[in-house]
Amino acid sequence: MHGDVLTQALVYLAAGVVTVAAAKKLGLGSVLGYLIAGALIGPFALNLTGDPEDVMKFAEFGVVILLFLIGLEVRPALLWSMRKTIFGLGGAQVVATALAIAGASMIFGLAWPTALAAGLVLAMSSTAIVLQTLDEKGLRQGPVGRAAFGVLLLQDLSIIPLFALLPLLATGPVTLAADTARSTSLVADLPAWLQALAVLAAVGAVVGGGRFVVRPVFRFIAQSRLREIFTATSLLIVVGVALLMQIVGLSPALGAFLAGVVLAESEFRRELETDIEPFRGLLLGLFFITVGATIDFGLILREPLLLVGLVLGLMALKFTVMFALARVGGASNRLAATVAVALAQGGEFAFVLLTFTVGAGVISQPLADLLTAVVALSMAMTPLTVVVYEKILTRLDREKPAQDPADPTFEEADAEPDIIIAGFGRFGQVTGRLLTANGFRSTVLDADIEQIDLLRRFGRRVHYGDATRLDLLRQAGAERARMLIVAIDDQEKAAELVERAREAFPNLTILARAFDRRHAYDLLASGADAVERETFEGALSLGVTALKALGFRAHRALRAADYFRRHDKRTFEELRPMWGQTEAYLLASRDAAQTMDRLLQADLAKMKPGAADGWDTSGRDEEQREAALDGED
Amino acid sequence: MAPDDREPSVLLVFAHPALERSRTNAVLAEAGRAAAGVRFHDLYELYPDFVVDVEAEQDRLLTHQVIALQFPLYWYSTPALMKEWLDLVWLHGFAYGKGGDRLKGKQLFVACTTGGPAQAYHKRGYNRFTMEEFLRPLEQTAHLCGMVWENPFIVHAARLKDDAHIRGEADRYRQRLEGLAAAARETV
Repeated sequence: MHGDVLTQALVYLAAGVVTVAAAKKLGLGSVLGYLIAGALIGPFALNLTGDPEDVMKFAEFGVVILLFLIGLEVRPALLWSMRKTIFGLGGAQVVATALAIAGASMIFGLAWPTALAAGLVLAMSSTAIVLQTLDEKGLRQGPVGRAAFGVLLLQDLSIIPLFALLPLLATGPVTLAADTARSTSLVADLPAWLQALAVLAAVGAVVGGGRFVVRPVFRFIAQSRLREIFTATSLLIVVGVALLMQIVGLSPALGAFLAGVVLAESEFRRELETDIEPFRGLLLGLFFITVGATIDFGLILREPLLLVGLVLGLMALKFTVMFALARVGGASNRLAATVAVALAQGGEFAFVLLTFTVGAGVISQPLADLLTAVVALSMAMTPLTVVVYEKILTRLDREKPAQDPADPTFEEADAEPDIIIAGFGRFGQVTGRLLTANGFRSTVLDADIEQIDLLRRFGRRVHYGDATRLDLLRQAGAERARMLIVAIDDQEKAAELVERAREAFPNLTILARAFDRRHAYDLLASGADAVERETFEGALSLGVTALKALGFRAHRALRAADYFRRHDKRTFEELRPMWGQTEAYLLASRDAAQTMDRLLQADLAKMKPGAADGWDTSGRDEEQREAALDGED
Repeated sequence: MAPDDREPSVLLVFAHPALERSRTNAVLAEAGRAAAGVRFHDLYELYPDFVVDVEAEQDRLLTHQVIALQFPLYWYSTPALMKEWLDLVWLHGFAYGKGGDRLKGKQLFVACTTGGPAQAYHKRGYNRFTMEEFLRPLEQTAHLCGMVWENPFIVHAARLKDDAHIRGEADRYRQRLEGLAAAARETV
């Protein structure tokens, strides 16, 4: 019954949906929910899954996608500014944690090479669990997220040298045939310098490819306006990079991260994010489920005390080392504690590394099984520990209300926009420039690739994307922005966008560019707060120029246009309630045309000398003339 | 024509071209906006392009018993848009002259802030004339239109006063406006 793909999908999805919803409701976070789901359907409980290892290989791709998405958010400049965190804090964490665990293991009687190998393996934390948990707590953008991410990044980096170093610690028989981790690496048998060259070439290919190949390809695909092909291309890039990294023996996740960084400054960033996001969520969920399913409850039942002791010991040790290092690095108590709690578990790389070390004869199979269970349990414990940690913090806060000022927040790397401008053509540009010139931050979305090309050449931040997609709008910050300006030239799409945005973001002020009067009414009916007919002001301005060229003084010409505009706006408002009742509208508009005629006549009359307006003194002159005559009499 | 009791009897015509930079006028305007029986009418907000709707403005004048003008004193006079509004709305044949008795019997009340201190508005001060003298054109406008000239409300050295002082002035201003509104309701 395990073989059928649909049955398997049903089991995983059902377990995920039920437990994650329940876990969320109980305030435990989605990660724990997935882990519980996995434990429930795994071979040790309901036994509804096939071999979770198979699914695991597939699900690990979720981690790859996660790192790619994170890369997309990390511009090279940001990465550079984090170099101290990555190499300082990260390097110190790996070395110090490995040594501490090795020392503790030796106390339990392990030989030093085995102890050191175990230390290095267990020093890794779980990128997937940490980042997902921090994300849910809204901590990923803050100093906590920054420190944790720096450490995780270095851990990922250190996988490469670990594969080279761990075999040197071999004490038992080497069975390289079991070397699953490197089985896909085509360069493993080459001499070291050639391997190094291959790695450099692969990294160069990702960076160069991102710069010079991917962008033209995306541009080409964007022109074809096929959304699913865009999504497929995005996935193709991630899969391709992951595979390339595997071939040269690098971590696929690291490669994906690098590819993300390369594309972080491209105009396709937001579209990429939006397209890949759902895959990340699903695959990561799957990943957590498989972690839950691999927890060996048989082993736990046989050696409950040993396992609990080891898990608690590991987490306490990792916490202590990380806390101490963060404090040395200048973090506040609270910041250091939060980072240390987040990173206190073993990571998914440990599974890979353990299999590898068994093959390399460094660690025995029974020990590897034990450590695998410890790592999986510590991963499962993380969401729980975070919940407990938060409870403790709230209690502390209650006891000591005068808190230190909050830790400084993440630099405003991609600041929240005040305004989202959809469509940056002839119209959107002018509006956008006016707003930017007056200090408002805007995010621009445009679906015309040539237009984006041109604007980016002038250094403007414009993103490629079809703004009628709500998810893309959300990515662009629509939930926190103050205003959406709809300036796309496709009439139907504009109305559709207004309607969707109004429904999804009720607090957003929506202003829209209308093609003509009819379209303007459509947009207002769809929920726009205000509209502007695109040619109206331009036509009026040309009229003013014409009047001046015909001999009007400038002020008079301008006022003629002003009167005209006022009348037109009035009729626009008067006819608005009738919009939709076609006949009434037609009648009324005929009437309005007559009104316009009358008004034009009245304007004509007013412009003539003798009309009664404030600058015209003829009435008073007349009166004074009469008075003078009276005086003569 | 008996005015509805709920309709405001004071039309507070307000002119300030850069309210975002104003301190005193902003507070006074808020007080005026909140005052009972007062309709707040913000000229620069309504006519940023100086295109005053003459008919609507005249209708507005007719439906209020007290016309209050609030503005910062610029070059010893009103800001440009308030002058434009007077030029275009207070027309011959409407406000004055032959057949121009539509504002007759109403009250004109001026509230204005100055940059200089009170002692500058004095024969021996650097402005050489008193506020009373500077406001003569408006006083004469009221007279020509057959309106009653109310004692003006003036806040001097508006930029230099502290917040507490300005709040005090705002309270005083609001009471004055509400007093005018209440009196107007009784007289009509």
